Amino acid sequence: MRDVAVIGVGMQKWGELWETSARDIFVESALLAMDDAGVDTLDAMYVGCMTPGLFAAQEHLGSVMADYLGQGGIPATRVESACASGGLAFRSAYLAVASGMHDVVLAGGVEKMTDISGGEATFALATAADMQWEGVSGVTFPGLYAMMAVAHMDRYGTTREQLAAVAVKNHRNGSRNPRAQFPMEITAEAVINSVKVADPLNILDCSPITDGAAAVIVVPADMVGRAGKPGVKVTGSGHATDTIALHDRDDFASMRAVAQSAERAYAMAGRTAKDIDFAEVHDCFTIAEIIVSEDLGLVEKGKGGPAAEAGETALDGRIPINPSGGLKSKGHPVGATGIAQVVEITEQLRGEAGPRQVKDARIGLAQNMGGSGGSSLVHILEAM
Amino acid sequence: MPPAKSWRTYPQTYRLEAARCLDCGKIFFPPRLICSKCHGRRFERFNMKRTGKVLTHTIIRTPGDAFSGEAPFAVGVIEMDDGARLTTQIVDVPFEEIKIGLLVKLEFRRHYCEGADGIINYGHKAVPLRQ
Amino acid sequence: MTVGIVGYGAHIPRRRIKVEEIARVWGADAPSYKKGLELSQKSVPALDEDTITLSVEASRNALARAGIDPKDIGACYVGSESHPYAVKPSGVAVAEAIGATPDCHCADFEFACKAGSEGMFVAYGLVKAGLIKYGLGIGADTSQGAPGDALEYAASAGAAAFIMGADEDLLIASIDETYSFMTDTPDFWRREHQVYPSHGGRFTGEPAYFRTITGGVTGILEKSGLKPQDFKYAIFHQPNGKFPKRIGKKLGFSFEQIDVGRLVPFLGNTYSGSSPMGLTAVLDVADPGDRILMCSYGSGAGADAFIFTVRDRVREVQDLAPKTRWLLDENLIFLQYGEYAKLRRKIRLAGE
Repeated sequence: MRDVAVIGVGMQKWGELWETSARDIFVESALLAMDDAGVDTLDAMYVGCMTPGLFAAQEHLGSVMADYLGQGGIPATRVESACASGGLAFRSAYLAVASGMHDVVLAGGVEKMTDISGGEATFALATAADMQWEGVSGVTFPGLYAMMAVAHMDRYGTTREQLAAVAVKNHRNGSRNPRAQFPMEITAEAVINSVKVADPLNILDCSPITDGAAAVIVVPADMVGRAGKPGVKVTGSGHATDTIALHDRDDFASMRAVAQSAERAYAMAGRTAKDIDFAEVHDCFTIAEIIVSEDLGLVEKGKGGPAAEAGETALDGRIPINPSGGLKSKGHPVGATGIAQVVEITEQLRGEAGPRQVKDARIGLAQNMGGSGGSSLVHILEAM
Repeated sequence: MPPAKSWRTYPQTYRLEAARCLDCGKIFFPPRLICSKCHGRRFERFNMKRTGKVLTHTIIRTPGDAFSGEAPFAVGVIEMDDGARLTTQIVDVPFEEIKIGLLVKLEFRRHYCEGADGIINYGHKAVPLRQ
Repeated sequence: MTVGIVGYGAHIPRRRIKVEEIARVWGADAPSYKKGLELSQKSVPALDEDTITLSVEASRNALARAGIDPKDIGACYVGSESHPYAVKPSGVAVAEAIGATPDCHCADFEFACKAGSEGMFVAYGLVKAGLIKYGLGIGADTSQGAPGDALEYAASAGAAAFIMGADEDLLIASIDETYSFMTDTPDFWRREHQVYPSHGGRFTGEPAYFRTITGGVTGILEKSGLKPQDFKYAIFHQPNGKFPKRIGKKLGFSFEQIDVGRLVPFLGNTYSGSSPMGLTAVLDVADPGDRILMCSYGSGAGADAFIFTVRDRVREVQDLAPKTRWLLDENLIFLQYGEYAKLRRKIRLAGE
């Protein structure tokens, strides 16, 4: 397998993009990535998108996007793994280049979520759970994570305040990210007093409904240098699955797919959690960041809450988590999230992150998951 | 919507029919074709006991459209006394009484209707077990 | 061959609304309603409870007491005036849920408040004819009364289920005699596509309820040669607390004979479930040898009367499922009228 690098990234500001269609949202970010990489022709592309059918009544997204990106004719594939669709698109692009099949590959992600009502969006997202055996109860995605939070609080004594600390920290980081959907700081009190969604989670514990896209250009590592920007090498890629239904898991306070995908990525990169300088993780809900930070080995099991509260995961902490603002502040257009994490890590490793730059960032980790942890992808990227 | 999708689950939704792997004893609800633990393919069917306990829970306050008239409602993961598990609503109990370990029994209830002119889906919900 | 009840069970929703709360909304005088109806509260089904769900729970309780294989149930009849579907049987859903399908004759009955005793009568008849081994007869309703109408104070929800059989060693109570009395008497009706029933006001009393039950009871006493004093308990249809007392007194039954099965003051009128549920409450406390008279009433109009004699096995089965008066008190949730209006779908939601 060849060494693989990211040589270009692109991402527009996320939010409620009423005036822009899904295809234009995607193409804007894809063109930014191609310009950043200095390429205008692709050999292949992978588009991460969870459910364009339910969100925008449009399937066949590989062809739609290749066509509108002016790349008609190339092999273009839509990749789906619920909210991990972007992470899986990146892995697919990585495999295509590493295998020698293609040289210049775009990995992108997109989701246009505001063309349907809130209730319809809740339903569309719930299809990432076990629709037949969980969905029939009326449980929602916040509901599934709330049940993990209840289990985590019961097992480890995690507190409501510690959940809020994750949201406060991520909004503080996001306030320094011009592309974030909600780039404002919030207080723990505001989180705790915000509208209840699924107890113990409130609306400010939840990532928002977002329109957005992101794209990166993946090439063989020996092509780095063409556009004159520092290259970022992909040193580890791990992917794992778990039971689709939360109720079939042995432990609701942990996510096996996260731990397994991390083990695989660490083994491939020859790294351990201790080597990681910072991470972009899937904080779809505050409890998710706590559990993921533990399952990645970045903090001790059961200590994710206290770590967030003590500032260990802050931008200037021991292990900065979600310098971009995470899904919480930056937004969560589900299919785009995994790619946006790679965008952030690339910019951090290039030293381009401005006011949210992590000091001495050399090795970054991206973790993106689908459903209630039914799939997880971990990528390790290193400065070259 | 054609009713086949819910109709084929009646053994589970109506009678709580589960399967036990004949090789390793693992219980599946709903039944599966291959055991995820030992890869055995021989199973026996049985109807689950209707008593169990709450493993975890939440209160859904912003549901999807199909459940909008019902909110807020409690949902939990229930482990039945014979070991099978399911996610279902916990009803007829004040929210503050729902705790991990709460003993419950399953009652036959409406799940949801597929529109005003669609079929009515039935299944089981948990209620607190009182002696 | 002696045929009788081999299993019985009831089920009641846990929600209640008090007469005062309904009266408050309509500016009615609660004390006079309570006194006039001899009723203090009624059961209300949750959004997820209907005639099918109540029937399944009552039938499971009946099965727990019968201790038989549900596959041996050869008929399942649900009597109700609130079948969830206008077209699609309730009986098959109940039979499917309890595991009696496919070798089972299912049908739905409708005869105002008498539909439950009809199911019992037909199940009994088929066992007696030797066509089936066991037959399940259910009376269940989630009754509707028009907002503000007198019926609204009483129309409630509940179910009773009876498994009829002829196994001597399984009999809980033998059925010694039956008699039915029918005339075309238009005291209460609901036309197709109408949400709420209409009724003839005071015409529902003397020429309807009282005349018909008198016909049923007089007929069965003549047929059996028994007198009111020969019975330990009597259960009459109970649209309110007063009517069963009055008909009992008129026919020569004491208050003590009818009080055990008179659930209506705390339950309301469960329509098709009314007198059958009263019978379950009597069986819960009956002793071997007790003789029981039950006479249902359905507007339109008719009465089905039964005479039962309790067998020794009653003592073994009384505790095998929840007793009806326990269900009447279990885990109650009291509603305000707004919640009640929501649960009874009296508020139109967006898209409805």
